[in-house]
Amino acid sequence: MRDTREMQTDTATLDPLDAAASWLGSGHKVAFGTVIKTWGSAPRQAGSQIAVRDDGAFVGSVSGGCIEGAVIEEALHAMKDGKVRTLEFGVSDETAWSVGLACGGRIEIFVEPVQ
Amino acid sequence: MKPETLAALNSARRDGRAIVRATDLATGEDVLVDPHTDTSALGLAAAGAARADTSGPAQIEGRSWFLSVYNPPLELVIVGAAHIAQPLVPMAREAGYGIRIIDPRTAFASEARFPGVALSHDWPDEALKKAPLGPRSAIVFLSHDPKIDDPGLIAALRSSCFYIGTLGSKKTQAARNARIKAEGFDDAALARIHGPVGLDIGARSPAEIAISILAEMTLTLRGAKRA
Repeated sequence: MRDTREMQTDTATLDPLDAAASWLGSGHKVAFGTVIKTWGSAPRQAGSQIAVRDDGAFVGSVSGGCIEGAVIEEALHAMKDGKVRTLEFGVSDETAWSVGLACGGRIEIFVEPVQ
Repeated sequence: MKPETLAALNSARRDGRAIVRATDLATGEDVLVDPHTDTSALGLAAAGAARADTSGPAQIEGRSWFLSVYNPPLELVIVGAAHIAQPLVPMAREAGYGIRIIDPRTAFASEARFPGVALSHDWPDEALKKAPLGPRSAIVFLSHDPKIDDPGLIAALRSSCFYIGTLGSKKTQAARNARIKAEGFDDAALARIHGPVGLDIGARSPAEIAISILAEMTLTLRGAKRA
């Protein structure tokens, strides 16, 4: 029985939508980042989501780890100003060195607060 | 996104209902669409996206939408709680499948061998009548025993499941096909059966065979990678 319960707990916390609901329930602010478009090779397909909590904790992914930091930062801004935004990342981006995609793809992320 | 929308999305997912969230990318305004019943332009686009199991952008009536598809989870039904099932269960679970095992032999389908897995000790035809297979279901037959496998195989062939795999040598497969044909199934029906189960990757150990099965299920579900 112990194994079953641990399994269910794991599954719940690995799912961005379930995580977001549970965070909201405990009084946190939450925002989502969603991959809406990819060009060339991209690690996660359109629809992939990350849920971000107001303290920077997150569940899910929108890339192979290359741009999560920047998306989390924008998600925190979105929780403050209540606005949606679309972010684009790619090797042509001037910040490519810090948050570009090493695979050479381009990717668009939609960031929205839950409010 | 409104908190109520998030709650509605999660409730649909818990109930195993397909749902599509359409988001206006300019404003963040969103609608939840039932892809099975909504006949608006947005509903039809959502139905297409759900069928393809692919989230993506859609231009409808001058608005730029993003359609997020939430299909019910994939399901893997394993008939025969044989040793290959043991590595197959955690691998398939990681790939997003809900798992159930059907085996009337209680010594094989035991909680000790498969902790936390839904186990049914009914005969496969009975078990599949109680909880039928759907288009998001895969089923593999691992028992090696015709009196366990055959009734389940017949039920699987009558269902809309996307993958049917059967363990056994080419000789076993031919004998089984002859028995199934005698039940009134034609060659087109038999062609749905992947047997011997799994892609031919030279698998030897139970874990390697599980990889070959999961690889073939993935290939059948997603299609070959385009060059």
